[in-house]
Amino acid sequence: METLLRVEHLKKYFKTPRGMLHAVDDVSFTIGQGKTLGVVGESGCGKSTLGRVIIKLLDATDGRVYFEGKDITDAKGDMRLRRDMQIIFQDPFSSFNPRMSISETIAEPLKIHHLCRSRDALNRRVTQLMDTVGLARRFANSYPHELDGGRRQRIGIARALALEPKFIVCDEPVSALDVSIQAQILNLMQDLQAEKGFTYLFITHDLSVVKHISDEIMVMYLGVMVEKSRSDDLFDQPLHPYTKALLSAIPEPRINKTRRREVLQGEITSPVNPQPGCRFAARCKYAKEICTRQNPELQEVCPGHMAACHFVREINGLQE
Amino acid sequence: MEQETLLSVKDLTIHYITDDGVMKAVNGISFDLKKGETLGLVGETGAGKTTTALGIMRLVPDPPGKIVSGEILWNGKNLLKVGKLGMRAIRGKEISMIFQDPMTSLNPVMTVGAQLSEVIRIHEKLSRADAAIRAGEMLELVGIPSERMDEYPHQFSGGMKQRVVIAMALACNPLMIIADEPTTALDVTIQAQVLDLMRSLREKFGTATLMITHDLGVVAEICDRVAIIYAGQIVEQGTLEEIYENTKHPYTKGLFASLPDMSSKAHRLHPIKGLMPDPANLPSGCPFHPRCDHARPECARRTPVRTEVTPSHFVNCLLYE
Repeated sequence: METLLRVEHLKKYFKTPRGMLHAVDDVSFTIGQGKTLGVVGESGCGKSTLGRVIIKLLDATDGRVYFEGKDITDAKGDMRLRRDMQIIFQDPFSSFNPRMSISETIAEPLKIHHLCRSRDALNRRVTQLMDTVGLARRFANSYPHELDGGRRQRIGIARALALEPKFIVCDEPVSALDVSIQAQILNLMQDLQAEKGFTYLFITHDLSVVKHISDEIMVMYLGVMVEKSRSDDLFDQPLHPYTKALLSAIPEPRINKTRRREVLQGEITSPVNPQPGCRFAARCKYAKEICTRQNPELQEVCPGHMAACHFVREINGLQE
Repeated sequence: MEQETLLSVKDLTIHYITDDGVMKAVNGISFDLKKGETLGLVGETGAGKTTTALGIMRLVPDPPGKIVSGEILWNGKNLLKVGKLGMRAIRGKEISMIFQDPMTSLNPVMTVGAQLSEVIRIHEKLSRADAAIRAGEMLELVGIPSERMDEYPHQFSGGMKQRVVIAMALACNPLMIIADEPTTALDVTIQAQVLDLMRSLREKFGTATLMITHDLGVVAEICDRVAIIYAGQIVEQGTLEEIYENTKHPYTKGLFASLPDMSSKAHRLHPIKGLMPDPANLPSGCPFHPRCDHARPECARRTPVRTEVTPSHFVNCLLYE
């Protein structure tokens, strides 16, 4: 399997009146061609910022991003890169120009990149894209406000597909949708991946969605990657105390009286000027003195399963 | 143990009359809520969940909203016949409401202590000082130190704000709380904290709860009975076990099938085909028939009536008539 994207020690800090906000702090990973990496975490963990830095909607503070082996961290105005990397936004209400019709919205990237020679070719391509994402042709001249959330999200997908990208950042693409519509969109995204070999970075706070769609999952907490593994492994054997708590907090749609739930105390701390040590220490029931002094290194605990915790082997009963 | 019925909604119909037509938001909803019980009202966007809640509280904006017909029996009296002042005495005192978004349901220019005292002083004859003491106790009850009384909503996090809203709802010890998506705006770990809190407070005070949500996971955590609502009608209702383990209505089945299953390795979801109907232009007969895999020609002609599966489990579907 070829590596499509490699991210090394990526950092993104924002200047705020109270100090430096560490939105993404030293994150490294790779994604293989045609695979899906899920990024989960709660509000403010830096998952959206990560997606935006990778496709260069934001400039990285430090670290490198390699796409198809090429360093793109400092690439400027690279039209080819824009064709290869696209994004689907969370909110289908605010990510469109309200004064452009559906067909104009989908045609826009094709025009910018001069991909269609004639008006006919452009119209054909737009119709074809609408068919691909399951939007009825009668909506071509409608405006975004006339459509419901599920259909609007289909436009977002069609627009991202227009340039036939290799890599798509999906930033909470189904979070604003009802479950029955959410399932339709997830199926569509999986079908498109199977057909066209897209690579996804799938950002979400919904663990059941991420499990369903991802090959690998990385869990973020306050800008830091705390755990990463194959999708099934993460759910079968979560290693990091935060991942354990996160999994145990999901209300499952079934009756289960035996289930013991571990309710995490406290709330997420501020990402501004973080103190040294593990970011999760303040809420962690296993925290010891070292946790507030020294950053835990990301270590490979089992093959392909990484976690950043000083006591990861102890709390999981694993051998050194 | 047979508990007495606290709230009985009968054939409630609420329409919004707009220039573009009549939006049939709630179409003949009936359900009961017993003392101390939690009923989940589950449905997707636009199903009429919130309108039902606002109808019970008599807070449907009029115009354009209009309660067309029905009865809301609260402790034996019909709330639809109670005057404006009478309703004010009930709201916040006997029935209170928790809204979805704690950011917009608190007053940003009043301290949380003042907002809590306000509720208490409206309904109970207490001095300012006594009300402040009660407000402090209520905050402690939901896990916020009472020293934070003099802080403003923006100084609290989302989860904390929702705790303040819960404290306000409970301040006058109501008989029933209507919780409209109380945890939807919160992160999962905070949601777990708030659900825990609601559960322990319910055990302590025995408050009945009408829990409005789209999340079948939250329902399984906290509800005793469930009513599934689609296009302004209750299509199935029963105990938690009956709805989850003996699902009858094709729509309810579709909702469960749409959820990614955490424990299995299924690779495809089974969504419900099509979209929610437009409330201004509802399909004839069963409102779900255009999306239903079991639809027969009769489904488009006749609205299914409430059919008993067991004495506590009802379904509105021609398959079971």
